[in-house]
Amino acid sequence: MSMVFISVIALVGLSLIFGAILGFAAVRFRVEGNPIAEQVNALLPQTQCGQCGYPGCKPYAEAIAAGDKINKCPPGGEATIQALAELLDVEPEPLDAVEGEKPQMVAFIREAECIGCTKCIQACPVDAILGAAKQMHTVIANECTGCDLCVEPCPVDCIDMIPVAQTLQSWKWEHPLPPGTLIATDRESLS
Amino acid sequence: MSTWPIHPLRGGVHPPQCKTLSNQQPIQRAPLAKQLIVPLLQHLGSPTDAHVGVGDYVLKGQLIADSANLISAPIHAPSSGIISFIGPQPYPHTSGQLMDAIVIDTDGLDKWCPLEPLADFRTASATELLDKIRLAGISGLGGAGFPTVIKLSPAANQPIKTLIINGTECEPYITADDVLMREKTAQLMLGIDILARILQPENVLIAIEDNKPEAITAVRGALNARSYHVVVLPTIYPSGGERQLIQILTGQEVPSAKIPAQLGILCQNVGTVVAVHDAVVEGKPLISRITTLTGEALHNPMNVECLIGTPAINLLEFAGLQKNKMNRLIAGGPMMGFTLPSLDVPVIKTSNCLLAASAEELPAPPPAMPCIRCGDCAEVCPANLLPQQLHFYALGEDHAQLQAHNLFDCIECGACAYVCPSSIPLVQYYRSAKADIREQAKKLAKAEHAKERFEFRQERLRLEEERKDAERKARAERLAKTKAEQAKKAAQAPKADINSSTGASEDEIKRLKIAASMAQVALRKAQKQLEIHGTAELQAQVEQLSLSAEQAKEALASATAASSSKAASISADDELKRLKIASSMARVALTKAQKQLDTHGTEELQAQVEQLRVSAEQAQQALEAATRAPDAAKKPAKPELSAAEQAIKKAKIETAMKRAALRKAERAEADAETLSALQAELSQAEQELDTLNQTEKADV
Repeated sequence: MSMVFISVIALVGLSLIFGAILGFAAVRFRVEGNPIAEQVNALLPQTQCGQCGYPGCKPYAEAIAAGDKINKCPPGGEATIQALAELLDVEPEPLDAVEGEKPQMVAFIREAECIGCTKCIQACPVDAILGAAKQMHTVIANECTGCDLCVEPCPVDCIDMIPVAQTLQSWKWEHPLPPGTLIATDRESLS
Repeated sequence: MSTWPIHPLRGGVHPPQCKTLSNQQPIQRAPLAKQLIVPLLQHLGSPTDAHVGVGDYVLKGQLIADSANLISAPIHAPSSGIISFIGPQPYPHTSGQLMDAIVIDTDGLDKWCPLEPLADFRTASATELLDKIRLAGISGLGGAGFPTVIKLSPAANQPIKTLIINGTECEPYITADDVLMREKTAQLMLGIDILARILQPENVLIAIEDNKPEAITAVRGALNARSYHVVVLPTIYPSGGERQLIQILTGQEVPSAKIPAQLGILCQNVGTVVAVHDAVVEGKPLISRITTLTGEALHNPMNVECLIGTPAINLLEFAGLQKNKMNRLIAGGPMMGFTLPSLDVPVIKTSNCLLAASAEELPAPPPAMPCIRCGDCAEVCPANLLPQQLHFYALGEDHAQLQAHNLFDCIECGACAYVCPSSIPLVQYYRSAKADIREQAKKLAKAEHAKERFEFRQERLRLEEERKDAERKARAERLAKTKAEQAKKAAQAPKADINSSTGASEDEIKRLKIAASMAQVALRKAQKQLEIHGTAELQAQVEQLSLSAEQAKEALASATAASSSKAASISADDELKRLKIASSMARVALTKAQKQLDTHGTEELQAQVEQLRVSAEQAQQALEAATRAPDAAKKPAKPELSAAEQAIKKAKIETAMKRAALRKAERAEADAETLSALQAELSQAEQELDTLNQTEKADV
């Protein structure tokens, strides 16, 4: 009988001690914010374009952390979906966008037509448009994320989204054909 | 002089040398091209900006482009002539993309600009020498084209102990450095002296492969009393790679992601050293280089000293190009070079060889077969990597594993692809994988930057909003304070003021005025309604309203009269002024109404005009009376006058209304009974008005 009492007391004592340690740790080492949302946010392209239906990348990251789909980011494209699927250990899904994946774009203001209304400046999420009221505006191409948000507010439609031109610096080698796949000319030369 | 110990290279291959093709004759001078295409980027680093304009005349050696960026090198005019074009031009690059270039139409005079050589480099300071080298636009002539002056200015805490002069030239076909060492030995030695003066190294090693015996003899012969070591290396590809050469000569391995300078070692190509000599001793900028023209498609393969910007086609024709024999044109050697997309591309500072190969000489690679894991590639890799593993990771685009297997230590020498029995284009896999990883890193950096800017903007907007809120609050507080103060003053005022009743009655008048105007507005609205609908109910309502409006007016008038009689303090002058204003305002209203009447001519307007005329007259009369008898007559006369006038006015309005009603009924084609009733009403009203008018006249 005493054996039972001793074991019950010992177990209760242990649970109290561990409970106290766990409780202390929960308070002492509490993680600020949502770490998953932070990790998701780091993978998003940060164009802040809102094409996912959320007002910016961070809200979408939080929504993904809360269980939203991972295929709503057109600027990120397949690469982002893959990375998110890997991070969250879910099945990658095809991109959910009308026009599919678009090349990297950059805004361009036809300066002769700009009336200096500052509406695009207010719309730009990354302050990439330079100008003042009744002064011509221009886009700082290096800072532009190609998010498209400046096009709609322009009252004179003088903003174009143009694909980023390939330069010698941005040119890259293509992947060779995987071994075993022959192009037509190779087959001819072999036969 | 003891022999320098060497540490044989691990890996490497022995491709056919084919060097005798081009090193059998001395360096030729290429004929001056009619047009020189000088690209604005000829080195590793940021492109330069043109410092000349189209139409400018430039002298040979004149600075034509420079950049404010640190990692860059200025560019000079290779010959004298006129700038005919600045813009996109063919460029020696695999992609075939154009690059901005300055095109010079040469005048054939080859006229030098004034040169400023250093009097004696042996007494010059390192800073002076480095300045000279920087201004001469020298970048590495071995292949990569890194600006030399940056390489020569290592951090102060990392003194260079070993200076290596790279004359290995391990790539097949190329003999530019070979003939340079044979023919420009004296310049090479002086160039090494200059570098030694700048860097003060403990050892200077001149590395030459044993397949260049003439060059070895020439360099050894020119050494004289110098304590430099000429190290002869066994021929193996790629012993000329910077890291490989360092390993062979010192046994030290340059760690991943570090540069040789961090080990106290510095490597310079022999061509670069000669360019340094030319810049310091002769004051000449880098405007020409020695290029190997070779390949079986050339009738007369050779080495030429050609001006930067000379189109490849000019040089190839000079060497006897047989176009039908040429299968492809390669810039650089067969191992590391790349196929040129066109023959129009110019020679730039890094062009060491143009290889016009025939189809038999360099056949197209057979189609790639799957990897059989033979491991030959790992055996020949001079960087100790695992090429087949990298190949599989590149196929699967596993960037993390690629980086874990040190993909970025690959020097793309091509030894692995050379030995691959499945002829897999391994180097292309590594190049594309490297490009992908770099691109992703760039994207990530850009995303991070955009995030920072976005967050900064959000913060800024928040602060602005807060500031505005604070201002709004402060304004509201200020307003409340001033109101409270006013209320306090108003509370104190009655105590101080003796004539307290005036204030009260003023308030009363204000209230009455508001009531009167409101009644008037209601009346007008009802009249409009009546006009549109014209029912009997509305008629009754309008009449009632007009009555109440009249009452309100009367009340107001009596209150005004009472207040004015009470307010003894109001001076006669003020009263006069008030009356004047009233009379002129009445007149203005009258003229306006008349104008309206002229244009529209309705009954109602007629009535209004009449009414206004009466009020204007009344105002005039009041004014006259006031002017005539400012003291006595005015005050008692006024209320009486206004009472009589009010009655007349009322009658007049009544009459006009009746008339309007009658007209409306007529227009609506009402039955005779209503019409006659209305007629009777109207005549009655007119009579009333007449009598009132008469009594008033009698009163006056």
